[in-house]
Amino acid sequence: MKNDYQVIIIGCGVVGAAIARELSRFDVKVAILEKEADVSFGTSKANSGIIHAGFHSTKGTLMAKFVVPGNRKFDRLCEELEFPFERRGELMVAFDENELRILQTYHKMGLDNHVPYMELLGKERVLEMEPNVNPEVEGALYAPTAGIICPYEYCFALTSNARENGVELFLNKKVSWIGKQGNGKFEIETEDGSRFTSDFIVNAAGLYSDEIAKFVGITNFKIVPRKGEEYLLDRRVGTLIKRVIFPCPTSNSKGMLVIPTVDGPVMVGPTAMDTEDKNDWATTRDGLKEVFTQAQKMVPGIRTSDIITSFVGLRPAAVGNNGDFIIGTTTVSGFINAAGIQSPGLTASPAIAEHIREVLNKEGVKMELKRDFKPKRKIAIRVRHLLEKRDYSEYGNIVKNDKAYSKLVCRCENVTEAEIVAAIKEGHITLDGIKFATRAGTGRCQAGFCTSRVMEILHRETGIPFEQITKKGKGSEIAPYPIKKGDGK
Amino acid sequence: MTKIIDALVIGGGPAGLAAAISLKKNGIDKILVVEREDSLGGILLQCIHNGFGLHRFKEELTGPEYAEKYIEMLEGTDIETMTGTCAIDIVNEKDGKTVYLMSEKSGLIEAKTKVVILAMGCRERNRGNIAIPGTRPAGIMTAGLAQKFVNRYGYMPGKEVVILGSGDIGLIMARRMTWEGAKVKAVVELQPYPGGLNRNIVQCLNDYNIPLYLSHTITAIRGNSRITEVDIAPINEYKEPKKSETFTLTCDSLLLSVGLLPENELSQIAGVILDKVTGGPLIDSNYMTNIPGVFACGNVLHVHDLVDWVSEESEATAKAAAEYIKHQTIQKSKIPVRVGNLVRYALPTVLEPGKPGLISLRVIAPAENATLYAKVDDEIIYKKAHKKIFPSEMQRIEIKKVPENAKMIHVYLE
Repeated sequence: MKNDYQVIIIGCGVVGAAIARELSRFDVKVAILEKEADVSFGTSKANSGIIHAGFHSTKGTLMAKFVVPGNRKFDRLCEELEFPFERRGELMVAFDENELRILQTYHKMGLDNHVPYMELLGKERVLEMEPNVNPEVEGALYAPTAGIICPYEYCFALTSNARENGVELFLNKKVSWIGKQGNGKFEIETEDGSRFTSDFIVNAAGLYSDEIAKFVGITNFKIVPRKGEEYLLDRRVGTLIKRVIFPCPTSNSKGMLVIPTVDGPVMVGPTAMDTEDKNDWATTRDGLKEVFTQAQKMVPGIRTSDIITSFVGLRPAAVGNNGDFIIGTTTVSGFINAAGIQSPGLTASPAIAEHIREVLNKEGVKMELKRDFKPKRKIAIRVRHLLEKRDYSEYGNIVKNDKAYSKLVCRCENVTEAEIVAAIKEGHITLDGIKFATRAGTGRCQAGFCTSRVMEILHRETGIPFEQITKKGKGSEIAPYPIKKGDGK
Repeated sequence: MTKIIDALVIGGGPAGLAAAISLKKNGIDKILVVEREDSLGGILLQCIHNGFGLHRFKEELTGPEYAEKYIEMLEGTDIETMTGTCAIDIVNEKDGKTVYLMSEKSGLIEAKTKVVILAMGCRERNRGNIAIPGTRPAGIMTAGLAQKFVNRYGYMPGKEVVILGSGDIGLIMARRMTWEGAKVKAVVELQPYPGGLNRNIVQCLNDYNIPLYLSHTITAIRGNSRITEVDIAPINEYKEPKKSETFTLTCDSLLLSVGLLPENELSQIAGVILDKVTGGPLIDSNYMTNIPGVFACGNVLHVHDLVDWVSEESEATAKAAAEYIKHQTIQKSKIPVRVGNLVRYALPTVLEPGKPGLISLRVIAPAENATLYAKVDDEIIYKKAHKKIFPSEMQRIEIKKVPENAKMIHVYLE
């Protein structure tokens, strides 16, 4: 039967993608429905990219249960899927007596959660490790197991490998109705009129997981977005710090951090502001001020003139559950939640995925390992990595085989036509999708140069008319009005 | 593939074209011009308005016409050109430079050359550089990108337009989009004076009743898929928006014309030292950077307002580069050029005694009834009264012969 699956995952952020990839190891028929034009386009793309050590989570919560096991899985995942991941370590810094006491509390929490290798450091050690931290620092809690990744590359890697192993992905499918058939199967309708059926639904719809749950009559939780503004700084700042730098947390957030990224530039943020509006993606003057005041207190060398770009992420925080994750079976048989996954959800995602697989298994989905499972992702050539080394012999060989690797499209990040075409073939057909997949347009000029070139390639490869090419899906066309000859003067 | 040449010109825009032709005229044999786009001409190709060439050719040309003049001159020579080719690395070696080129047609090329002329031009500052609060929808782009869409691709990015910044490209696009039936609702400028040339304010805004809001800024951008509106507010003397006087304009596009930055990533890879004010390489009076044999001209050196001066500067650069190839001529004695009152920068920062000199400069802010001076030690050698002088207009001071025993040259406005 067409569009009939054992498991349908709603939402393809890092949680949905991690679950899909986990299930793809087994002989299970799985589909993902994503409402956006590309995967990770909701909360995940704006994630800070930190793989937390795990000392922030309170004992007894699901967060604490999944964060450390999740962290541990990243070495293997990175090896299999080859997304950038570095265990840089994190430092929670204290500037006075009171904050030093807070470090003790978090150290204790970390021990409860079995976070390995933590250390409480004195002033000298902190400044020795991070010479650009404010010299007024009094001490820090250090956790070397913390890491950094690129959240959307992680999501792309998971999705792409899941698809190679048989999972089907449907983009632009916003669920508009869910019902149950007489045979107990779920029937799902999407806004464009498509219909899907499945034995199980995994609700990984992030910000909208409460609305998805409502379709089957589950109303015991509500998602209130907690907005976070982040500012990406020039590569110059990347040399200032090596590790993730945290302040001592406040009641509702881990505070504003200074975060090295795997691509070089440093990020500062995020703010934490509860909002009723799931569409509140606007950065603000106040947010900028707040972020830089805190970040500069920790690392005084940071300047607002280093900002390359800014963005907003909305954490899907669940109300009615003490803000903890909502994971597992529900009162509706076959409907499984992976909802309210806010921080440390990225870190926890591989452990959550494994847990969901176990839940499905308990609920009756047979889990037989696929004999032909391909754990390794097909890896795209990244010309910028070759050029960074300034050794041209390897690059020369690649170019000999395929000239498209010598046609530079994005000059700031050294992305070639061949890489753009590869991303399009992977299914990234919006400018943002291509940007996240290849880095074209993320550099200093912020796509001033490559936008039209990427559009030409997209048009050529997909046949999408030039005027219908979008930034991030319908309604975001870049140059929507063809000029007819004879129009105007 | 390896290429052995005398001179490599990086960039096939107005600076690169003029430099290459001038190198040839000065007797240089093997010249290669590389251009990353598919055709020569650089940004001129999308500047289909006229006003180019008044100084050079004593006629009013469009951008493509101006470029065509140089392309024709070049085609009459044996200068080699490679389009679809990008220089990615410059390695400075004892007996010359090795430049790595990525070419769409020929793959990776190792070019061994005696001199390199940097002529990569500039790029537009963007939203990130100015950190406008708000959402990140479609419909926000630099004025230059909008110009490319309209003039080269034949597509309008929007119909209800707000323009932030009053740089020349923004002004030109205000008129261009009006011609194509768009409603340009406002040009918003943070400074109390326009960023672009006065003639463009008159011909592109005033003639079409497009309002120019000086000392205003955009305080919010709204819309998730596509931009729907912006908040505009006047600013106080600390450049902070006055909240109570904020007003909102609906729009489907926001063009940014907030300044140009010389494009020097490649120069930096090569080890070229940049001037903090211009963003271009520090040069001597021969347009040579701190790396012997590496020269720079045009907008990669400093942002010009008229292409005519780009051509002239590039020819002078090529002449000096040719001397270097033939005789390893380098500037021996250097007299510093210092900027004084109200002058933002002067270029070059050193001149050579006994030789003619040309100083290009810009003032910091507009001034009325002011006199521009150049002084060698205590002697005034240049003096010109200006009724009005604007930062948007590059000033040029020609010195016939720099005195042999000069210690310092000082340029200032009074």
